[in-house]
Amino acid sequence: MAVSGNVLELIGNTPVVDVSALSPNPSVRLLVKLEGANPGGSVKDRVALSLVEDAERHGMLSPGATLIEPSSGNTGIGLALVCRVKGYHLKVVLPGNVSIERRQLLELWGAEIVESPGSEGSNGAVRMARRVAAEHPEWVFLYQYANPANPLAHYHGTGPEIFRDVPDVTHFVAGLGTSGTLLGVGRYLKEQRAEIEVWAVEPPTGEMIDGLRNLDDGYIPPIFGELGGEKLLDRKTMVGPRDSIEWTRRLADVGIFAGLSTGAAMAGAVRCARQIREGVVVLLSPDGGWKYLSTGAWTGDIDEVAERARKVIYF
Amino acid sequence: MPVEVRLPTLLRPAAGGAPSATVDGSTVGEVLHSLEAVHPGLAGQVLTDDGSLHRFVNVYLNDDDVRYLDRLDTAVASGDVLSILPAVAGGAQ
Repeated sequence: MAVSGNVLELIGNTPVVDVSALSPNPSVRLLVKLEGANPGGSVKDRVALSLVEDAERHGMLSPGATLIEPSSGNTGIGLALVCRVKGYHLKVVLPGNVSIERRQLLELWGAEIVESPGSEGSNGAVRMARRVAAEHPEWVFLYQYANPANPLAHYHGTGPEIFRDVPDVTHFVAGLGTSGTLLGVGRYLKEQRAEIEVWAVEPPTGEMIDGLRNLDDGYIPPIFGELGGEKLLDRKTMVGPRDSIEWTRRLADVGIFAGLSTGAAMAGAVRCARQIREGVVVLLSPDGGWKYLSTGAWTGDIDEVAERARKVIYF
Repeated sequence: MPVEVRLPTLLRPAAGGAPSATVDGSTVGEVLHSLEAVHPGLAGQVLTDDGSLHRFVNVYLNDDDVRYLDRLDTAVASGDVLSILPAVAGGAQ
């Protein structure tokens, strides 16, 4: 391997590993793409780099500029890494209930944390960031939920890597947060072969949001609507904390140390494998398990851990 | 066919505070209309005036979002569970 001149050059080109030993259907292969191999530890390094370089190309970032972004963790961490290397300041609006490791990572790369009410979840962080950004026009608000540079990171990176490494892929399964991964990878894969199916997995977050006063307070990421998310997805399935933790543990049984959202994606991939006759399912693992050690996900009583996980944002 | 419908906190006041209701129907649309008959005003918050699903409402048949099945025409069977949940910013890392 060649020597990289800069840590940002290490973003992308993540490995894919076969976990078919866990497949419930002998005619379905299950392959995991391990985004935890990125230098900032998650798939969001790709998004962070894409957002910042797109803003640079559009002349939005002068040297020493300040950026503000809502994030329950990984995008903030990716942006903190990119901003530290490129010399920008970063403020991250973070719900109060994210795991401690996420705060520590943000702080070590010099990001400033602005806390939003934990009870309002990611919705509250988005709301607060939009308000603060409007009050400070001198700060740059890249807004991953509405910025096409988010799905483009996957259209130009993650998607082509999957098709290069797994040309016989039939299904792609990933978590739905900003929808950037599903939109970018999904569009690229369907352009290569229209019959490839794209399955979204989401956590049942609706119930833990106190800040929601009526249904019109709901939120759909603007990129999802603008880029035809509803047409692109073939299936959307809900995976609760208990299933997520169970599959995170089963992945550890085959040596894969991944975060809880990987367990959720794996649970979705297993559902998919049960419903199809044969196929090659690629699922995306957003990050490794390091940031979740404090949740006791691998060691505690599964029901207690699931109950705790309801209160911590892990997607 | 009796189907259990789980309601989000937001919609419980329209159902007298109940967390769920069991009503009849053979499709998701029929179940929602039966629900309206039992708890007037409830389905009106889930469906728009033209009878389609409210933009910020997701309805799940067991664990699958019905928008990606046959929407309101999705068939339901006895013992199925429908969950109504508001659309919010998901994990959004």
